[in-house]
Amino acid sequence: MSAKLDQAVLEFLGESREALALVEKELVALERGGASGGVAAIFRAVHTIKGTAGFLGFTRVEALAHHGEEVLARLRDGGLVLGREGASALLGMVDVLGRLLASIERDGREGPLDEAPTIEALRGVLGNAPLATRSPPEVAPIEAPAAAETKVRVDVALLDALMALTGELVLVRNQLRALASEAGGAAVLGPLQRLDAIASQLQASVAKTRMQPIGNAWSKLPRLVRELAHVCGRSVRLSMEGSETELDRTILEALRDPITHLVRNAIDHGIEPPSVRVARGKPGEGCVSLRAFHAGGSVTIEVSDDGNGLDWARVARKGVQLGLVAGEQAAAMTERELTELLFRPGFSTAEQVTTVSGRGVGLDVVRTNVEKVAGTIAVESHAGQGTAWRIEIPLTLAIIPALLVTSGGQRYAIPQASVVEVVRADVERGCERVLDAPVYRLRGKLLPLVDLDRELAGDDAPGEPGRASRNVVVLEANDERYGLVVESVVDTAEIVVKPLGRPLEGLELYSGATILADGRVALILDALGLARRARVVGSGRSRRPARSAPAEEGSSRRRDGAESLLVIEVTAGHRAAVPLAAVSRIEEVASGAIERLGGREVVRHRGDVLPVVRVARLLGVDRSASPREVIPVLVHAHPGGALGLAVDQIVDVVEERVGREGRPGRPGVLGTAVIQERVTDLLDLDALVRLAGEREGAR
Amino acid sequence: MSFCTFTLGALLFGIPVERVLEVLRAPATTPVPRAPRAVSGLVNVRGQILVALDLARRLGVAERPAGAAAMLVLVSVEGGALALVVDEIGDVVCPSGEREPPPRTLPPRTRELILGVHVVDGQLLLALDVDRVASGERERV
Repeated sequence: MSAKLDQAVLEFLGESREALALVEKELVALERGGASGGVAAIFRAVHTIKGTAGFLGFTRVEALAHHGEEVLARLRDGGLVLGREGASALLGMVDVLGRLLASIERDGREGPLDEAPTIEALRGVLGNAPLATRSPPEVAPIEAPAAAETKVRVDVALLDALMALTGELVLVRNQLRALASEAGGAAVLGPLQRLDAIASQLQASVAKTRMQPIGNAWSKLPRLVRELAHVCGRSVRLSMEGSETELDRTILEALRDPITHLVRNAIDHGIEPPSVRVARGKPGEGCVSLRAFHAGGSVTIEVSDDGNGLDWARVARKGVQLGLVAGEQAAAMTERELTELLFRPGFSTAEQVTTVSGRGVGLDVVRTNVEKVAGTIAVESHAGQGTAWRIEIPLTLAIIPALLVTSGGQRYAIPQASVVEVVRADVERGCERVLDAPVYRLRGKLLPLVDLDRELAGDDAPGEPGRASRNVVVLEANDERYGLVVESVVDTAEIVVKPLGRPLEGLELYSGATILADGRVALILDALGLARRARVVGSGRSRRPARSAPAEEGSSRRRDGAESLLVIEVTAGHRAAVPLAAVSRIEEVASGAIERLGGREVVRHRGDVLPVVRVARLLGVDRSASPREVIPVLVHAHPGGALGLAVDQIVDVVEERVGREGRPGRPGVLGTAVIQERVTDLLDLDALVRLAGEREGAR
Repeated sequence: MSFCTFTLGALLFGIPVERVLEVLRAPATTPVPRAPRAVSGLVNVRGQILVALDLARRLGVAERPAGAAAMLVLVSVEGGALALVVDEIGDVVCPSGEREPPPRTLPPRTRELILGVHVVDGQLLLALDVDRVASGERERV
């Protein structure tokens, strides 16, 4: 809400802001021992601000800049060396000038501010030498002639407007396309195709105008690092690579805070004090490095440090302490599962709260912000060596191809980027129930199912409606797949993604909205949000079919310490179980397809030869009556290759916390448990693999 | 100060004219499952997707019967435009006299969203606090 400002003043404000950003950056670099050529650039920038301010009547800006200019002149002419005191005084000047400019923008005048301390500091640097009232006329330094102007300054609002208009153009094109096919006007098709091409190209070009180098988001960081390092008593160097990597403006803005937060963490909790570093054999100066690059359709941004690294054992202990995991479970957690703990709100391994980065983590907020722009964040760390955070953003334009589906009579759009395939499933037949959650077996792999109608209706869900055949859209989110059961699949379409309004911001089910060809609004579903809501996306890498959220709250469904087990019948009446995670596939093999090859049984599968053993025989419980026609084979990958375990029947997948009761001594069996009220052998897969090898050796 | 007026049931409300972008018949609304109750859905107004807020629900006053015709009042708020679903549009009025505090007879939830009242032609005009209405669904305990 700025007062009506003169065009000249607006330009002065814009240019001065940019100049101050440059000055800030150069000052920090100079203090670290950068080339003295930077002083000339800083001097010119401050000089220009002073001159224009004086011309426009902003005397306080002029006076402050004048004092700064004095210091800079001395620096430039070699009289002064830029030390900590000088840099701080000049940076203080940058801050106060910034505030004066902000005040001008807001109220049209230089507001109530006390710049006296800053001026004092600057004069102090000069040694209180008497100041000239006006700078003597200078000989302008000889500059190389500027390169021919190939760039123009454009107001960001104008670019946004262009982007919006291009979006509208695409919409109208879609409408025309729909009408043309209906009205059957052949003469229209030619120009329509041209329009199509033009609209696509225009949209791509305009999207490019919104691209900005990521260096813009990094601009404040050198100074932040300087100040933080000083406050925390560390010695830190900031290295930036790939700052020219371009990103869409809105994504850049969204990533500013997360990146800053990660850098703060790196200095506050990552980099060790110099004495500790030296004792560890590292250089006393720590390094925080920012790296950005394009690769395979995404932009990757890395924030890494060569400091402490994450102590996973400590993370696990903290998790137990906060009651997030049970003790024994914590010991068995993978790095990926432990990383999930880090992202929980309120989680922090920091021993004390520091004023710098508060509780030290706040990674849940970082992740939320990264995911808002459809990105992902991961971490790699080695204790004692350092930590690297990786943010990956898929390159998206505002117009995306989407799949249109219906639920409850309404249409929804799913970005094609999340869609793996569409399956017309006989859900009744192919669907297996796992406890209370449906799971569909697709080409041998178990796919958790999410019912869209259910997820949208929420707690007022009607009873299970009877639908024999339904469409299942296989979606992928966070490297995990699940099947979304929808009423029908309508069409594919190119849609313009529009953000949801403020009142709808928190809804993780949707990533935006769009206007369809007929003018109606359709919500865009977020594959990850849906999966999270239905709890089919978990932490960790195990392929367990998770449960959909139960209607009643209260009882904690997540039983920590529970394991996913695949329950099978080894032979009629004899049950066994193996960890689901150890089974990479379940194949249905025709008994005739099992061949004998050099004394072993094998089956040809996907071009490979898979050795097969009959578990019943291995365990010595083979009571084979009539051989089955189709034999379920569990494929287990082990260090030496893969082994197919032929069983009688697949019974179920359960999540159980199994106590192992004894009966040691039986080869291939770890123990027994009671699962679903039946005695079930817990198979020792390693032993089975060994046994299988021995048997074939013996032949 | 001139107000754009509209009714919700028997109550008359007003919004300063400079906040009102447009008034139109409510087009087809796309429902948003799992959204806060007061959100009626999304509407397409000349290519712009706007959130339609059912003002009666937001204010906690008697709701219009399902299927009854409604009007939209588009207001400018921080972050863009918001569509308020109301019953009928009234005239633009310019009340003389001061704004009085909202009467205690109004339920608290409604009262918090009203800036005050004017008396116009013997009727009570409730001045709506548009920014508060737009700023979220948090229930005040």
